[in-house]
Amino acid sequence: MIKKRQSIQDPAAESQLFNQRALFGYAVVLICFFVVVFNQYKLQVVMHDHYVTRADGNRIKLIPQPPNRGLIYDRNGILLAENRPIHSVELIPEQVKDISQTLMEIAKLIEITPERQQEFLKEVKYHRRFVSIAVKEHLTEQEVAIIAVNQHRLPGVTLEARLTRHYPYGELFTHAIGYIGKINAKELDKLEEEGVTANYAASRDIGKIGLERYYESQLHGQVGFQQVEVNNRGRVIRILDSKPATSGDDLILSIDMHLQKKAKELLGENRGAIVAMDPRDGAVLAFYSNPSYDPNLFVHGISGKNYRELLNSPDRPLVNRVTQGVYPPASTIKPHMAILGLEHGTVTEQTRIPDPGFYKLPNYSRPYRDHVKWGHGWVDVYTAITKSCDTYFYDLAVKLGIDRISDYMKKFGFGSRTGIDVMEESAGLMPSKEWKRARHKQNWFPGDTVSLGIGQSYWSTTPMQLALSTAILLNDGLKPTPHMGRYFRNQSKDTSLIAPLERVIEVKNPKNWQISKEAMRQTLMEQGGTGFNAFKGISYSAGGKTGTAQVINMAANQKYDANAIKEIHRDNAMFIGYAPAENPSISLTVTVENAGGGGSNAAPIARKMMDYYFTRQSAAGAQP
Amino acid sequence: MNLLKDPNHKGLLAKLHLDGPLLAGLILLCVTGLFVLYSASGQHWDMMAAHSTRLVFAFGAMLFLAQVKPQTFHFWAVPLFLAGTAMLVMVLAFGHVGKGAQRWLDLGFMKFQPSEVMKLAVPMAVAWYVSSHPLPLKFRHLIVGFIMCAIPTVLIQQQPDLGTSILIFVAGVFVLFLGGMSWRIITAIALIIPVASYTMWLFVMHDYQKRRVLTFLNPESDPLGSGYHIIQSKIAIGSGGFEGKGWMHGTQSQLEFLPERHTDFIFSVFSEELGMIGVLFLLALYAFIIARGLIIASRAQDNFSKLLAGSITLTFFVYVFVNIGMVSGLLPVVGVPLPLVSYGGTSMVTLMAGFGILMSVSTHKRLLAQQ
Repeated sequence: MIKKRQSIQDPAAESQLFNQRALFGYAVVLICFFVVVFNQYKLQVVMHDHYVTRADGNRIKLIPQPPNRGLIYDRNGILLAENRPIHSVELIPEQVKDISQTLMEIAKLIEITPERQQEFLKEVKYHRRFVSIAVKEHLTEQEVAIIAVNQHRLPGVTLEARLTRHYPYGELFTHAIGYIGKINAKELDKLEEEGVTANYAASRDIGKIGLERYYESQLHGQVGFQQVEVNNRGRVIRILDSKPATSGDDLILSIDMHLQKKAKELLGENRGAIVAMDPRDGAVLAFYSNPSYDPNLFVHGISGKNYRELLNSPDRPLVNRVTQGVYPPASTIKPHMAILGLEHGTVTEQTRIPDPGFYKLPNYSRPYRDHVKWGHGWVDVYTAITKSCDTYFYDLAVKLGIDRISDYMKKFGFGSRTGIDVMEESAGLMPSKEWKRARHKQNWFPGDTVSLGIGQSYWSTTPMQLALSTAILLNDGLKPTPHMGRYFRNQSKDTSLIAPLERVIEVKNPKNWQISKEAMRQTLMEQGGTGFNAFKGISYSAGGKTGTAQVINMAANQKYDANAIKEIHRDNAMFIGYAPAENPSISLTVTVENAGGGGSNAAPIARKMMDYYFTRQSAAGAQP
Repeated sequence: MNLLKDPNHKGLLAKLHLDGPLLAGLILLCVTGLFVLYSASGQHWDMMAAHSTRLVFAFGAMLFLAQVKPQTFHFWAVPLFLAGTAMLVMVLAFGHVGKGAQRWLDLGFMKFQPSEVMKLAVPMAVAWYVSSHPLPLKFRHLIVGFIMCAIPTVLIQQQPDLGTSILIFVAGVFVLFLGGMSWRIITAIALIIPVASYTMWLFVMHDYQKRRVLTFLNPESDPLGSGYHIIQSKIAIGSGGFEGKGWMHGTQSQLEFLPERHTDFIFSVFSEELGMIGVLFLLALYAFIIARGLIIASRAQDNFSKLLAGSITLTFFVYVFVNIGMVSGLLPVVGVPLPLVSYGGTSMVTLMAGFGILMSVSTHKRLLAQQ
């Protein structure tokens, strides 16, 4: 075999063959390397920008930073809504070896309900492993201390603090200021519609009702961002850039905390509403609806049991009586009716009508009773208001007619929202022929007009509407926009929220307005006025009008006996008033549900409010 | 030339039977590898120490084999091949299972991976067989040669270890190629492969295998699954740009978006941090080593040495190309390390052993000629 091989082998030719093959091989090597270089060029030069973007997308994350919510102060600078840190104990699953074991350890130290433990273990499954999850929120100071001391034994367990809203006066301002709570799906949709979702990237809460809701966009502030570099597990490696959050603007209210407190105190156990307003510019000084409830419950997520209790309470604490409570205005609108009568020329200052104790429509037998059985005798516009004569206004209303009344009273703001800075507002109802046809499929009867004259018969108003109509009356047809927010304050400047007055009623003869106001003054200041007893001995001058609203309809011959009927069917006590009579700086609207007569039940409350207001004014000295 | 003129005045390299240019290329490559590994491992000193230890061991193996005469390799080629094949069978029968594959044989005092031995034993045996016949090869010899390549390839494929089996197969085939396999056959194979692949696709491959192929063709279709590796690798390479992000400043690698970044995907780290400039340097270095290897092969005195040296060199190239190709999306992902740069085990020792054989071929030829 060796022989054979040696005989045929040709070393030179073999060597040449090998060299050719090796050279060819090397050519292939170079071609392949060229392909690699070409591919590198494509990736690293041609598509470089594309891949840089993707690499940055991998590593750079934006972490939103929540802004601090603007604080809310009363007119004296007293803090009404603040941000307080709440503490929670949290755990990062990635850093904990045995999660249920650690949970047991924590549960030994502080109380965690079995339901919460179950819930937590479920949450762990659905969260990313490096994001911390709250084991328990709203820790007490003692619990914080216990966890802090034992933290070294619990790797991966941290104490976290974040700011949340706190309302130090509890139920006192609930209906005015409202509260914030967790953003729900519906609110999220709305934020999306407005295109501000990004601004809420780090926010948990949103204004739910009251001023917190109305001024949400200013109070919320601007979200900040931290641009961070993360690794493949999302852990933050370093901060690349940051834009701090801008706190929301602080809101300064026209509300006076002391007056508000007084309102609550005066309503006591009664259901009702008190509005104190500066009629000159619509600034609300007190805005209180009784009963109220603690808004802090809602901030922390109210329990189902507590919520049902509030919802089902017969006193209906959740209703904002100031703007959502609709009541027949009763006699409180008589001054407005008088102005209409005078301005239209239906009556004059001298017009007198006889009052036998009832009114009868021509060709109708049904008597419309006056609240004084035997009547007031001959009545002019002053007496009609001071003594709250019903017959005078029955007659006036019928002479004016429904259309004229409805049109004119709408100018006083009845039947539409006042535009106060809460969204929970009812428009009340100023009836009209068209309305009755649409709503009740019935024609307007003359009898409907009769009771309209004394603020009954479908006419319903909110206390805020009454307050606004009073202000319009006092300003001779100029309307202020009622508001609780006076101005916003941030580091650089204050932004006023006070809107200029707007003419809503043309004045034919200013004297007519004067007559009505003089009658209101007499109502409180002169013997025989329905509010005289309540305002006896005041050190200032005042004007006002009492009202007693029927809650149930009485048959013509039936006598009202407060003791004989259920409490919720008793009359509502109403009162509107202002002081000083010459140049009013405060107006009061008081509604007390089912309390009885306005003169004896609502007017005294208004008087005490005024007394308190002027006492504080003089104590404050030169201060406005 | 110097050696001939003054045989008594040898340089240190000659005394140690080392080829200067090749040694320089290898050292430069290994040092480059150490720098990249330092960055890719996240400044992991334990890893650096382990890698350095292996380097020392690998260079030791190279130095040792450089002293062995080529005739000795010729003598041991067949016994080594037979023993290796037997061990591959044993691995399949009693082997140690690690990472889902049976590759290790426990010898009691050490664990041993027979497929690594076969990386050298197969080209040695095929070179032995081919060099015992006149070149160019006749068709029947070619068939025998193919069978010699196929047996260990199939055995290793069973472990399963696709990367190694391919490398071993090509190592053997390179011998046949260099031995003068006829162009007609080469062309025929080149034509058969696409047809065979398509037939396999239609009738043989399972759905999951098809899915793998599709993912290779379009990694973006499965960004969180099997496409993740290659997508992240391409992002790393592409974002590196022409100049690179700087040593130890690759975001894809340092922030651990890149998987297997100190082993199979170390080229991506290199590309990201040192950019296209770095890649050109690295490829030039590889091209130089391959060129030097082929020069040594062509200067070798006998056919066995030529074929063995040529095959070892070209197989080294296949390592480089398959690794770079897979991490940059040119080839499917098969677990092949970047030679002498990737962190990891036995393959580096085997590679350096191969270079030891090259050194031996390069430095023992004169003595052979004189005999």
